[in-house]
Amino acid sequence: MSRGRGSILARLIFLGPGLIMLTLLAVVPMLLMLSTMFFQRGRFGGVIYEFTTANFSRLFQPLYLNVIQDSLVVAGVVTVLALLIGYPTAYAIALLPSKWKTIALLAVMLPFWTNFLIRMYAWTILLSGPGLVNETLTGIGLIDQPLELLYNRGTVVVGLLYGYLSLMILPIYSAVERLDPRLREASANLGASPVRTFFSVTLPLTLPSALIGAVLVFVPSFGNFVVPEILGGGKAIMIGNLIRDQFLKARDWPFGATIALVMILVTVVLLLAQAVVSRRTRSA
Amino acid sequence: MTLLSIEGVSRKFGNVTALSDVSIDIQQGEFFALLGPSGCGKTTLLRILAGFETPDQGGARLDGVDLLKLAPHKRPINLMFQSYALFPHMTVAKNIAYGLERENLPRAEIKARVGEVLEKVGLDAMANRRPAQLSGGQQQRVALARAIVKRPRLLLLDEPLSALDKKVRAEMQLELKRLQNEVGITFVVVTHDQEEAMSLADRIAVMDQGKVEQVDAPVTLYERPRTYFVADFIGANNLFTGAIRGGVFSADGLGPLPSKATTADAPAALAIRPERVRLTEPTPGMVQGVVVDVSFYGGVSHIAVEVRGLGRKVLAATQGSARITPGTVVGVTWRPEDAVLIAN
Repeated sequence: MSRGRGSILARLIFLGPGLIMLTLLAVVPMLLMLSTMFFQRGRFGGVIYEFTTANFSRLFQPLYLNVIQDSLVVAGVVTVLALLIGYPTAYAIALLPSKWKTIALLAVMLPFWTNFLIRMYAWTILLSGPGLVNETLTGIGLIDQPLELLYNRGTVVVGLLYGYLSLMILPIYSAVERLDPRLREASANLGASPVRTFFSVTLPLTLPSALIGAVLVFVPSFGNFVVPEILGGGKAIMIGNLIRDQFLKARDWPFGATIALVMILVTVVLLLAQAVVSRRTRSA
Repeated sequence: MTLLSIEGVSRKFGNVTALSDVSIDIQQGEFFALLGPSGCGKTTLLRILAGFETPDQGGARLDGVDLLKLAPHKRPINLMFQSYALFPHMTVAKNIAYGLERENLPRAEIKARVGEVLEKVGLDAMANRRPAQLSGGQQQRVALARAIVKRPRLLLLDEPLSALDKKVRAEMQLELKRLQNEVGITFVVVTHDQEEAMSLADRIAVMDQGKVEQVDAPVTLYERPRTYFVADFIGANNLFTGAIRGGVFSADGLGPLPSKATTADAPAALAIRPERVRLTEPTPGMVQGVVVDVSFYGGVSHIAVEVRGLGRKVLAATQGSARITPGTVVGVTWRPEDAVLIAN
């Protein structure tokens, strides 16, 4: 008993600083902010502390439901594309000789060390009317007129994919890397073709890490408001833009908090799903 | 009948020669061991047979079929990995069924054969556990069951017992032998443990530095080693280097030793087992030494004798307790027919 209590004390001491900081600087402010969703907006901004459920009914207006749905679709498409591109990339890197492995990993992480905004503005230059992509395409005679590549939903998807792809590659890479090569050999030895081995051994054992990558890509894509602003030109609005506008432009904190709750709930549900799946896959 | 013939297989990794012109024939139904120190190439040979490595030269035929032309997953050979390599995300039953499912057998047959083999290795109660929930000995049985359930022509075992503690290992040795008799599959086991090889195998290939030194039955290997390495590696031995001249073996720095030399004049080595060495009253012309250590092991005693002019001590073994004390001057001798002469 005393030993158990001692270890709880030790844990508290180690966790203490982090817990205090999280509670004071994240949990408390967030709860304060979320609590405003039960109240009314003041005429000139601010909050009038009179109970109402109007914010919730407003949320279910088609206008807002559409934005939420669009955000889910965009983030979902980005995540699926990141998985389809990221998994083979990570798998190939993990099988490279160790010297090339380092170089390839560096190449994956390098863009991450450049400011996110600058990278997104770089895309506007690349994709603009007289930009590199259009110049090249007209140059080789594939098109006569520059294409309208910017300011649509597809551009937003490309930008988010580019921005967060490495968050998909890195966890999958480390999972493939950690996988005992003897398991693949054992599978072959028992008569499984390379394709069968991939789907029966490699994929199930790296799936938890792929799901971590999926959550890491989905969550920031879902709530993003920078990319829709810069690459979507404000036309392809997402839930992040909506929240930002409620807080900063409409000065409607109660409704802003209500939409933010939707985002937090979606994130929590995803994290729970990921935890359940990885617990089931892991050898219990 | 020869089941597997390995013909002149060589393999290099960079500058390191893992295998150099290895040829071995393995008989149908045999329990065969590849024995040697670590790095002797035995595991590389196993991996070539399983298809995870390809030789630079040479070939391997199983039932007359060229093995090297078959992809790893098409070879009628199963391998039990040293680390077991059980699939951590599958239950014991699923692990064992995996190989049968690849043959597209009917479900009922797979279920029956998995049940049968689980019973054979004594793990019926563990069918729905995950590998991580089993002890080392149980995991080893699952690995064995997974390998034999496919009824391969040839079963390869890579250091099958090395991860087990001593008591479990002795048990599993008996069990392996029993299983091999029962299922009638040809076993090739790779090991660095000579006791394991000696007790399990019908025949042993002793390997060193990528070469096969000698292939023989355990008793022959022990009594008639053909190379210096085998004489030194298998069991305790007293080795003297020297030369045969005029039908007599003379050790460097010691002079003539009892032996039945028949070969022509040549450099040679003489090997004599400790249990064949006799310690007597010293007489002139006999090898003499001083007893430096006597250790009693219950059934036998080991006596170490320091002989002047010889780098290592001569070891003698006697039944029961030795009535000799350290410091005694003794004559060291043996019957000429007990000595084994090895060409150098």
